[in-house]
Amino acid sequence: MTIKHHLTDDLLMAYSAGQLPEAFSLLVATHLSMCDDCRAHADSFDMIGGALLDDDTTVSMAAESLEQTMSRIAAMSPMPRKAAISSTLPAPLLDYIGGDLSAVKWRSIGMGVRQAILPTGKGATVRLLHIPAGQAVPDHGHRGMELTLVLQGAFRDATDRFGPGDVEVATADLNHKPVAEAGVDCICLAATDAPLRFNAFLPRMLQPFFRI
Amino acid sequence: MHTQGSVAKWLEIQSSKAILRVERHRKEDVLVTDNGAETNWVALLLRVRDHQDRDAFALLFRHFAPRIKGFLMKSGATASLAEECAQDVMATLWQKAALFDPSRASVATWIFTIARNRRIDALRKARRPEPEDLPWGPEAEPDQADALEMQQETERLGHALAQLPAKQRALIERAYFGDLSHSEIAAETGLPLGTIKSRIRLALDRLRHQMS
Repeated sequence: MTIKHHLTDDLLMAYSAGQLPEAFSLLVATHLSMCDDCRAHADSFDMIGGALLDDDTTVSMAAESLEQTMSRIAAMSPMPRKAAISSTLPAPLLDYIGGDLSAVKWRSIGMGVRQAILPTGKGATVRLLHIPAGQAVPDHGHRGMELTLVLQGAFRDATDRFGPGDVEVATADLNHKPVAEAGVDCICLAATDAPLRFNAFLPRMLQPFFRI
Repeated sequence: MHTQGSVAKWLEIQSSKAILRVERHRKEDVLVTDNGAETNWVALLLRVRDHQDRDAFALLFRHFAPRIKGFLMKSGATASLAEECAQDVMATLWQKAALFDPSRASVATWIFTIARNRRIDALRKARRPEPEDLPWGPEAEPDQADALEMQQETERLGHALAQLPAKQRALIERAYFGDLSHSEIAAETGLPLGTIKSRIRLALDRLRHQMS
């Protein structure tokens, strides 16, 4: 898989620092599972965290803290071994879906496009989108940030082509109309921190119903 | 698994490299190296991993637990919550020692990632999706030279961070410790978001330059 569109420094640093909403973290973790370059990049941001932790700012621990920690360790059950999984989907995503693509509970949002919102904490939402080959997603802009990661197939918009593993980082100024390539249906993971803004009247009316 | 012999060999390599490093460093750094501290964390953690060595754990605890507590308090935890979580992080270090790969992360970096995840859990009550585990084949035992290089890289990064201009370093620290997004930092400091982003970018460029 040749990945052309990667995560930005901003996002990787925020992921490493633990500042992203859960929905964005899921998308980042999924991309990192597919992209060795970004994983190495993310590791170097963790390294900055390590170096900052290891400076001289200390706060004394309570008197009996080591003994208390040893009792915690004694009370711990051994770590469960994760069973090896073979799937077309990266592990973090499998975990949130609760299975493979066949386990996704799709809901139609019109024009053949289907979505499934994955359960995450507040601050942002993340969904799987299934766009039939050759189909366009309605023209839309964003109030906040939208990240779209391609899992299968490809889409194009005014900026470029996005294939498997590619991430499009769209901010408030991008108004775009993604079109799925002919051939294979396109499946994406999309995270947003604000509702999308559709430009046609009808989709906007439906927005509250579909939570997009 | 590490044998007793390979740990001894590892320590031997470490100390000979440390001597080389002492010759290269300024006087202040020699004092740090003489404490025996910085270079031995990996060896201590491997003793915990392979022999459940309580003395090795106590040394790790004495150095890192007060730093974890400081990190959590800077992130907004109360002293008692930080104490509780720091004990938890150190207990997790014992429990997950088998997963530690010294060619991928220094001890400080690995502890940072555990502490960060504990913070997300304790302060945000959110989950933290992690990337898929890397394949763990028969040659899983990491190369000792790689491991040593990783430790030294982290130390060099620590020095590079210390040498950043104060304004840049302060923003990097806020980004990692403050539990604030860039726009929240902007609101709090009164600096425009663009200034914050460009200062962070400058800091990262400087770190990359120093590390290359």
